[in-house]
Amino acid sequence: MKRKFIWILFLLLFLLHQDFWENADLILGFMPVGLAYHAAFSIACACLGGLAIKYAWPNDLEEFAEEER
Amino acid sequence: MTTLFVIIGYLCLLLALGLFSNRLFRGTSKDYFVASHSIGPFLLLMSVFGTTMTAFALVGSTGKSFERGIGTYGLMASISGLVHAAIFFLIGIRLWAFGKKHGFITQIQFFRARFESDSIGYLLFPILVLLVIPYLLIGIIGAGKTIEPVTAGAFPALFTNPTAPQWLGGVPPWLTGLVVSLVVLSYVFMGGSRGAAFANTFQTIVFMIMGLVAFTFIINALGGINNAGNVPARINEKGLIVQDYRFDKKEGILKENSPPKPIGRVVESESSNLTNKQPHFWREPVVAEFKKKNPKTDELVPFERELGIPFITFVTYLFIPLSVGMFPHLFQHWLTARSAKSFRLTVIAHPLCIMIVWVPCVLVGAWASGVLPPGIPPPAVLSAMLNLLVGDPILIGLLTAGVLAAIMSSLDSQFLCLGTIFTNDIVIHRSGPNKYSDKQIIFIARSFIVVIVGLTYGLAMLAKDANVFDLAIWCFSGFSALFPVIFAALYWKRTTKEGAIASIIAALVTWLYYFHKSGYGGEYMVGPGIVPAAICFAVSAIILVLVSLVTKPPSKETLNKFFPNKSEL
Repeated sequence: MKRKFIWILFLLLFLLHQDFWENADLILGFMPVGLAYHAAFSIACACLGGLAIKYAWPNDLEEFAEEER
Repeated sequence: MTTLFVIIGYLCLLLALGLFSNRLFRGTSKDYFVASHSIGPFLLLMSVFGTTMTAFALVGSTGKSFERGIGTYGLMASISGLVHAAIFFLIGIRLWAFGKKHGFITQIQFFRARFESDSIGYLLFPILVLLVIPYLLIGIIGAGKTIEPVTAGAFPALFTNPTAPQWLGGVPPWLTGLVVSLVVLSYVFMGGSRGAAFANTFQTIVFMIMGLVAFTFIINALGGINNAGNVPARINEKGLIVQDYRFDKKEGILKENSPPKPIGRVVESESSNLTNKQPHFWREPVVAEFKKKNPKTDELVPFERELGIPFITFVTYLFIPLSVGMFPHLFQHWLTARSAKSFRLTVIAHPLCIMIVWVPCVLVGAWASGVLPPGIPPPAVLSAMLNLLVGDPILIGLLTAGVLAAIMSSLDSQFLCLGTIFTNDIVIHRSGPNKYSDKQIIFIARSFIVVIVGLTYGLAMLAKDANVFDLAIWCFSGFSALFPVIFAALYWKRTTKEGAIASIIAALVTWLYYFHKSGYGGEYMVGPGIVPAAICFAVSAIILVLVSLVTKPPSKETLNKFFPNKSEL
């Protein structure tokens, strides 16, 4: 269930990336709206990575790699 | 001259680091190729991030933003944050586990075992080399284009044939390329992957810090953070593109142009209201005509440029970052990890590191549209901004060292990976594992690295006018087209060797077709703006599925080896 939730978040972020465009306004006088949105998107990606590590970490891979051949 | 001394000082520091890492080298081939699986989380993050960010990230992003505006960040950086992190999580950790358990050092060893096929290695080897070489060229060409403008005037009697007249006396690209190649060769030759990991970490820290320092100084020169937003070129009520400001280098301040200086005109746009818009701050496509000086005749020649990014291009660009799943040099870095847990920091911090490097570069590129002539070559935008706005030669030297750091932190891994795959997948594979001693294996790898460095340098001199960003995109497109093979190998039991081989051939043929159509490396879109990588990927994936379904599945033994019955695997 938690893994499915992570996948749903991933797909949601994927869709949010296509942020359809003509707005050239500036935030705080220097940061274009489109760039600010995508910078926030980068932070959201880092948060998703944290959630994936917490709830979908492949624990058995470590054990599998350390097993004798 | 001071700038040059600072850059030379940086290169000497790097050589000293190479000597230091050589003292940690354990003398075994496993240590030379994968650092004996001993790299921890921070070194892994820095070496993976440093390797994926090359001249493309600093020089290319600034130049592309100067051409197309802030959409460059969404086009390449933010989607890379999502896709790269997902690939590290879904593919990197899994490949590390198989590599550590079964002793794989290269991608080809994994594919040969997974598909029970010797021939897949001989098919993949030339393709991987073919795709890595343009990536290497990007670094050497980017270094040459960065150093010449910032050292202009240093040796006017010695270097009398500059790329552009105003760069007379600057260190020429052939010499920069030679020095950079030799410095990288020295520490890779000595320390192998451990040396590359240490050097990458040092250089990644240098280029991240220097990028932020450059950003701060450029903001100050543009009259502070609030005024910087007013600087980019603007469209006036007559449809002319104008620059409202100019930078007075003598007084060291930004001055208003009264009246604004026209630099071009809008030729075509779907938007009805363009008045007072700054086209570099939005993403709606606007075709503009500018003029640039012909260096031979001094005549002003008109040229067209599309500002902004078509929506279909923006969407299909998401196939480009899939390339990291197939980069052989990144595979090698993944295998250096001490444990699966080493990947955790990389998965979280990689998107943030991309943001820290790319946001300032993209902003600087957009701001440059307001103070630089539109005809300047895009790869020269960053160094031209530093030269114009940051007067202090020591600071320019440090900032240029930062750009070189970004370039060299990729070159080292790529040189090393080519030596590794040649030694392991061709020489040892042909002769058998017991023919050569460990020392002889390291000697073979080092010899091949020397040959590759020489070959790359020669090719870089022949292709010295290539556009760094466009060449990189072609290289990434090729690796993206191969992505279905690695994904299916790890997650689809039914993938067969015939399916994988057919997919690789289909990817290669499609890529070569579009590469030819582009005039061998120029910007090229299919139909309404579809990136060729999307079509190459689709063809490769469809062929892989169809051929796999009509051919014999892999043996039970292979499936048990790569799909063990564990709950999480």
